Amino acid sequence: MFVNFFHELKQANIPVSLREYLTLLEALDSDVIDRQVEDFYYLSRIALVKDERNLDKFDQVFGHVFKGLESSNDETMAQIPDDWLRSLTEKYLTEEEKQQIESLGGWEKIMEELQKRLEEQKERHEGGSKWIGTGGTSPFGADGYNPEGIRIGQKKGRHGKAVKVWDKREFKNLDDSVELGTRNIKVALRRLRKFAREGNPEILDLDDTIKSTAHAGYLDIKLIPERRNKVKVLVFFDIGGSMDGHIRLCEELFSAARMEFKNLEYFYFHNCLYEGVWKDNNRRFNEKMNTWDVLHKYSADYKVIFVGDASMSPYEVSYAGGSVEHWNEEAGGLWLQRVTEIYENAIWLNPTAERYWEHTPSLQMIKQIFSDRMYPLTIDGLDRAMRELSR
Amino acid sequence: MSEKFEGTENYIATEDLRIAVNAAMTLERPLLIKGEPGTGKTVLAEEVAKALNMRLITWHVKSTTKAQQGLYEYDAISRLRDSQLGDERVKDVRNYINRGKLWEAFDQEERVVLLIDEIDKADIEFPNDLLQELDRMEFFVYETGETIKAAKRPLVIITSNNEKELPDAFLRRCFFHYISFPDTETMSEIVKVHFPDIKDRLVKQALNSFYEVRDVPGLKKKPSTSELLDWLKLLMNEDIDPETLREKDNGKLIPPLHGALIKNEQDVHLFERLAFLARRERN
Repeated sequence: MFVNFFHELKQANIPVSLREYLTLLEALDSDVIDRQVEDFYYLSRIALVKDERNLDKFDQVFGHVFKGLESSNDETMAQIPDDWLRSLTEKYLTEEEKQQIESLGGWEKIMEELQKRLEEQKERHEGGSKWIGTGGTSPFGADGYNPEGIRIGQKKGRHGKAVKVWDKREFKNLDDSVELGTRNIKVALRRLRKFAREGNPEILDLDDTIKSTAHAGYLDIKLIPERRNKVKVLVFFDIGGSMDGHIRLCEELFSAARMEFKNLEYFYFHNCLYEGVWKDNNRRFNEKMNTWDVLHKYSADYKVIFVGDASMSPYEVSYAGGSVEHWNEEAGGLWLQRVTEIYENAIWLNPTAERYWEHTPSLQMIKQIFSDRMYPLTIDGLDRAMRELSR
Repeated sequence: MSEKFEGTENYIATEDLRIAVNAAMTLERPLLIKGEPGTGKTVLAEEVAKALNMRLITWHVKSTTKAQQGLYEYDAISRLRDSQLGDERVKDVRNYINRGKLWEAFDQEERVVLLIDEIDKADIEFPNDLLQELDRMEFFVYETGETIKAAKRPLVIITSNNEKELPDAFLRRCFFHYISFPDTETMSEIVKVHFPDIKDRLVKQALNSFYEVRDVPGLKKKPSTSELLDWLKLLMNEDIDPETLREKDNGKLIPPLHGALIKNEQDVHLFERLAFLARRERN
């Protein structure tokens, strides 16, 4: 019945399976809902989407597949958006400006154009002179300085019945990679769990108790230690300079990691790893630790995570004396090389977006040193990184 | 199924929630509820039970909870001890089987609501261990060799705070409902339900400042419904004039009695900074 819809959902990377589709058909059969579009929308949503991150994608696909489907309150819908824009202009535009709009072909023309651009435009936009967004000279968007400028996105039209429910797209900020909170990070970090029994024997080992009781002829209780997450993690944070823009993200990563791993050690470095690292950024020049000491102290079964944008002058990686802060006897790349040689599980997390990576030579060099084990600091990237580390 | 869930006088159910509950009931599938903390996930199950006149059986899941504990537990230790003391009870293994919540729910004559609360608290494998039991609504007791089957399939409501991702196989068997944060209209209805004689003007002003607080970018913890209700109670107790809530023009960005809304000292600092900036801009 809705095979087309189902396929479109699959194509949008929403994990739907045949089982869910059949459930939906079953639900439709059993008259759970009245025959109304909204009800169908809600029903298909609860049956097909199982993760709030996919709700927005679902809304989009639904809107696309059932485009032109009449909503039950269709009439009001067609008028209100136009209306509130009109009322806004009444407030914001002078007589003169209104005449200018007329000269552009009048309201209908502008609204038509707006609709067209909205459809073409997929992402948030700032600046520029064509797209809708903030701070531009296009006639559409907020904070612009085109006299025809319409302020969009300030007025809340969503409580009226004006917009179809799925067109509201209220789950937008639940979509993947948009927001990386501590909670999400924790979920990703949990992949790196390795349970082992360690410490004082506290819980009853039933099997062993039964065995030794049978053996001894009296109740002989055996205890074993509790299972604990035993994974050991060593994190190096790049700090200062170009990392300032990512500080919040790194903070979140750090606090999530602190909660998740009992055996977590962390050190700071600047730009690239050299012969000294530090633990307290305020006293970085006084309390430097020798990197060799760090590498010797933590055994090879530690999982090593570097967090940094890896964006610097290529000389910092490849030449002695390349550091921007001090004279380094050995090149940064050599130090990184040593780390990857000592620790089998070492990865680099990069807060800059993956699509910019190829434009930075130093980043490419470091990525090579880590044999491509560099991942973006997004949920998906973290996930891949943790998979790699837990191998 | 003639009876349909329509929300109760104490609980405002949105259209999508109503459909979700009714679908879960008709098709006898578990309903998985997610949402921001404080949007009433647990309360939902209680209210559904109340509205449909069904008994509610709650299984609170903790980080140490095992799936088996929901079915039954075999108390081998007691039996072992009794056997040493020569107790008669030892002869029947049934005496040492403690029923879990699932068993209890399956055993009822009437249809019940079974709430599995905060399923994400348990180990990652926990939901997988319950797949079969929730699907078929039956399980096997190895010690006695009997199969326990639900007389009336209970309505299963599962809540999750998203601390762990749930396995796909599990999700496929559930209906999913995400409680989004209520908009102003729904929120004022919710407030009305909790405080029937609150002044309209106070609600309006309070909701305004509440949503403004939520909209401040960079908040570590956004206040939720339960915090709003606490705050309103305080406002009413202290008899705060609605006008004082409007005093933003005087450089007061932080609403009065903000302790009930903002629960993180970093957030309080953030507000103080914002208020400071706002004052400076004005002067």
